[in-house]
Amino acid sequence: MNTPASTAVATGQPMARPQFLVNARGRDIRRKSLEWFVFMLLRGAIIIVGAALVVIIGFLVKNGISVINWHFLLDAPRNNMTEGGVWPCIVGTLLLSLGSMAVALPLGVSSAIYLHEYARPGTLMRVIRLGVNNLAGVPSVVFGLFGLGLFVTVMKLGVSLAAGWLTLGALCLPVVIGTAEEALRNVPATYREASLALGGTKWQTIWRVVLPSALPGILTGSILGIGRAAGETAAIMFTAAVFYTPKMPQNIFSDVMALPYHIYVLATAGTEIEKTRPLQYGTSLVLIALVLGMNLAAILLRAWLQKRHAR
Amino acid sequence: MQRRMKEAVIKHVFLATAITSLAILALIMIFLFMEGLPTFGFVSLKAFLTGFDWYPTDEVKPDYGILPLISASGAVTALSSLLAIPLGVMTAVYLAEIANPRVRAVAKPVVEMLASLPSVVLGFFGMVVLAPFLQDYFNIPVGLNLCNASIMLAIMSVPTIASVSEDAIYAVPRELKEASLALGATHLETLTRVTIPAALSGIGTAVILGMSRAIGETMVVLMVAGGAAVVPLSVFDPVRPMPASIAAEMAEAPFRSHHYHALFAIAMVLFVVTLGFNILADYISHKHRQVGSASL
Repeated sequence: MNTPASTAVATGQPMARPQFLVNARGRDIRRKSLEWFVFMLLRGAIIIVGAALVVIIGFLVKNGISVINWHFLLDAPRNNMTEGGVWPCIVGTLLLSLGSMAVALPLGVSSAIYLHEYARPGTLMRVIRLGVNNLAGVPSVVFGLFGLGLFVTVMKLGVSLAAGWLTLGALCLPVVIGTAEEALRNVPATYREASLALGGTKWQTIWRVVLPSALPGILTGSILGIGRAAGETAAIMFTAAVFYTPKMPQNIFSDVMALPYHIYVLATAGTEIEKTRPLQYGTSLVLIALVLGMNLAAILLRAWLQKRHAR
Repeated sequence: MQRRMKEAVIKHVFLATAITSLAILALIMIFLFMEGLPTFGFVSLKAFLTGFDWYPTDEVKPDYGILPLISASGAVTALSSLLAIPLGVMTAVYLAEIANPRVRAVAKPVVEMLASLPSVVLGFFGMVVLAPFLQDYFNIPVGLNLCNASIMLAIMSVPTIASVSEDAIYAVPRELKEASLALGATHLETLTRVTIPAALSGIGTAVILGMSRAIGETMVVLMVAGGAAVVPLSVFDPVRPMPASIAAEMAEAPFRSHHYHALFAIAMVLFVVTLGFNILADYISHKHRQVGSASL
């Protein structure tokens, strides 16, 4: 800064600083220190968020890790669910989440194709989008009641894998549509134009050009969807999951045990809640390992994709 | 000609799948109303919404007043928003404007991982960690209460609020910020007078979506809110929000009994409230959308 005041200071000449410059400098310092203070507050916010994650996961790991061994993972619960492992719950959760994705993925991807490739902006598109957004906002317990009313009762599927798949599929649909649309958006328009210029029809362009390039993005979305379905409790408690079943699922009409519901049952409804605490920690740890593992995979896949796009 | 036919058919197949979401939404509404409306055959809408007593299993004279449940939902949502809105928006501002790319590459996945924690795990954490802590620290008889539920719900809604607001802040055109900086404003002044006002509709949408998530969240309130169906008078009162009541009682309610219908009616109320919130969020984000740099 080369103001008269600063030259005066630099050359050591005694010279009265004009009052307005003194004020301006004071104000600058105030402005800067206020900025520093507010930015510190903002850093504090992100630190609180990070700390919440670390504390929750750290606590579960600390208390749950001692329970985890092959027996815990691969045995069935024994003795009124006060001993043994969680194998049937792991199987149930995997079946439920993969099956629900088998329902949601084709529907979600083709909805996204319509919304991104075919639809023209207008009332119809606006209404469909409003529908998707609202479906995303429906509480999971309401999905559970809907599944109970439609799939369990009216379609007579009973409390079963099939009813759970359909309920969770409906619940994950907006997630899949959102991520698939983003994947389609990331396919450069030039790809489509090149295919159309070569005489390809719209469908040929989508099937042979757009979808293959969007596939990794769609995969990321479906991993996220599976993670979401795996952690979901309220939607399956009336439609697919049961308190306890000695049998492994035989067919799509079998009811199953599931990790999230198992945690809830052990933590709130068991006869010996205190005694089964270690099992509760262990089951929670298995569930978050499964869910966070999938999310981490999706995040890494996305990072890798972005790098590839950037090149 | 045949080729064109095929294209038209394919287009309509895609249209049909795109309408599935709408169809599911409509079916949800139909089923809730079908099973919920019979409630008003044995209790008036006014008594249902404003009654102070929820004793659906009383054999002599069951009461179906859900005011305690509505007020509990309102209270946990308000209190959790009080925590989650500042935290979420501040996180978003930090991620979008201040964090350098390296920090961002770590911090963003952290927020996403927090979002992906299953709600039952958060509920469990609230039960075994936060409840004893609150009990000791504030010297109160029960740790499972309104305060506990609000804190855990806030942890759930922070990531929603943060990621939606971050997108909004990120989308503010660069020219606006550069103009402000060129005029001599500090980074902070640019943020508070240019960037945040320009992103305000997006932030509003984020806040509403976060609140809607808090109202509808089930497992956390089922496990840590305490479960007492009374109108809360203090932040340490145990409460029973609407989703908790549905989830806790549905398994015991006999099929198509009065209790069963009343629970569906609660779900109707919940559905209408969240639908209202979502439509409001959609309206705000469309009405006040920032288009280019001209509309500020």
